[in-house]
Amino acid sequence: MCLAVPGRVVEIIDAGDIAFRRAKVDFGGVRKEINLAYTPEAEVGKYVLVHVGFAISVIDEAEAQRVFQYLEELGALKEELGEIPQ
Amino acid sequence: MKFLSEYRDQKAAEQLAQAIRKKVTRPWTIMEICGGQTHTIVKSGLEDLLPREITLVHGPGCPVCVTPIELIDKAVAIAQRPEVIFCSFGDMLRVPGSSRSLFDVKAEGADVRIVYSPLDALKLAKTNPERQVVFFAVGFETTAPANAMAAWQADHDHVENFSLLVSHVLVPPAMEALLSSDSCVVQGFLAAGHVCTVMGYEEYIPIAARYQVPIVVTGFEPLDILEGIHMTVSQLEEGRHEVENQYSRAVRREGNRPAQERIAEVFEITPRQWRGLGEIPASGFQLRGRFQKYDANRRFPFSGEPAHESPECIAGLILQGLKKPHDCPAFAVKCTPENPLGAPMVSSEGACAAYYHYGRRQTHDVHSELPSPASR
Repeated sequence: MCLAVPGRVVEIIDAGDIAFRRAKVDFGGVRKEINLAYTPEAEVGKYVLVHVGFAISVIDEAEAQRVFQYLEELGALKEELGEIPQ
Repeated sequence: MKFLSEYRDQKAAEQLAQAIRKKVTRPWTIMEICGGQTHTIVKSGLEDLLPREITLVHGPGCPVCVTPIELIDKAVAIAQRPEVIFCSFGDMLRVPGSSRSLFDVKAEGADVRIVYSPLDALKLAKTNPERQVVFFAVGFETTAPANAMAAWQADHDHVENFSLLVSHVLVPPAMEALLSSDSCVVQGFLAAGHVCTVMGYEEYIPIAARYQVPIVVTGFEPLDILEGIHMTVSQLEEGRHEVENQYSRAVRREGNRPAQERIAEVFEITPRQWRGLGEIPASGFQLRGRFQKYDANRRFPFSGEPAHESPECIAGLILQGLKKPHDCPAFAVKCTPENPLGAPMVSSEGACAAYYHYGRRQTHDVHSELPSPASR
């Protein structure tokens, strides 16, 4: 039930009160109207994390790369890509 | 899909598993709180990547599993009223009450509808002013902002024929209940990422300190889980017990403030019964003040027969991480998703359903010296 899915904001629909602010959000080709009341910082082009019709967070794209940077530090991915001598 | 598929990369998963193997020097038992994480672990076979020293036990973070049977019975009774359109997330429909489920009464003609969002239920109330629309508001902190907004919008728009049957529960009190039990086997936690997206993780800091247990806020994809385990194991091996955040792309330390403010406006803290665990003080939400007029408990008084659980179901032990689903004699024999004895076999987040669907059926006792369910 705590499932939440990231989607890209494609259009914001202002409706006066912030409680009714909505957006069209694209989930890999499927578009749904999502309530933006809890993510006032959401902008067109940003990714939001959506749970039961509500955006609950804007994805931090720099932080999203962190695990891959960590793996790179381990040398693991570089080895896989053949970028460093075995 | 972006921000999902890259966290399912098999080679990266193997590298993380290797990093965990390098860290581990002795046995550790780690609990993932959320049923969504349990499903990723079982579906992706992550336990097979981990060294033998690591035991994962599955936590109580399945709202469908912990909703008390009395409330299921109440939902079934309300749904049978002719004036009612009863709306719920799909997971709740097959959960067995004392004698029947919402699915059973729907088959008999009750107007039970599955909705995606509580706002869909509110919309149904606006378009059906002659009917009473009731939404089954179950869930953890993740779902509370949505349910709070449904009540707030109903009040704002003066919608009178809408109400919520609330069974909201909170993660930190359940963690404390587990940790303070004499039979607790958990040495480290993967905290539920989306709960922390809403609430932040400051409230876990005193728990980590008091019980000297590492708590790592963790996401839901295979790489998230493996990195969360790696961070937890690192703390355990180094003798640290801190709160760390693996899921930093979605979770901020302070959480989502606008959502917390709306929750605080609409809900207040209350003791809650947890199915399989009993009553935990200050472990849930109920509607407060002017929003109590939307409480389905008040609108539809209920005096049903006393509820009774299946004596064969060991859900309580599974939800505490003391037993695994395949330790239950009824698992996949008398208890299946089609004919469940208990809620963990029903929900898409239930540990028993995960083990059933993904074929994890070998026996492996967590703690063989534990007493049998009958003696507890």
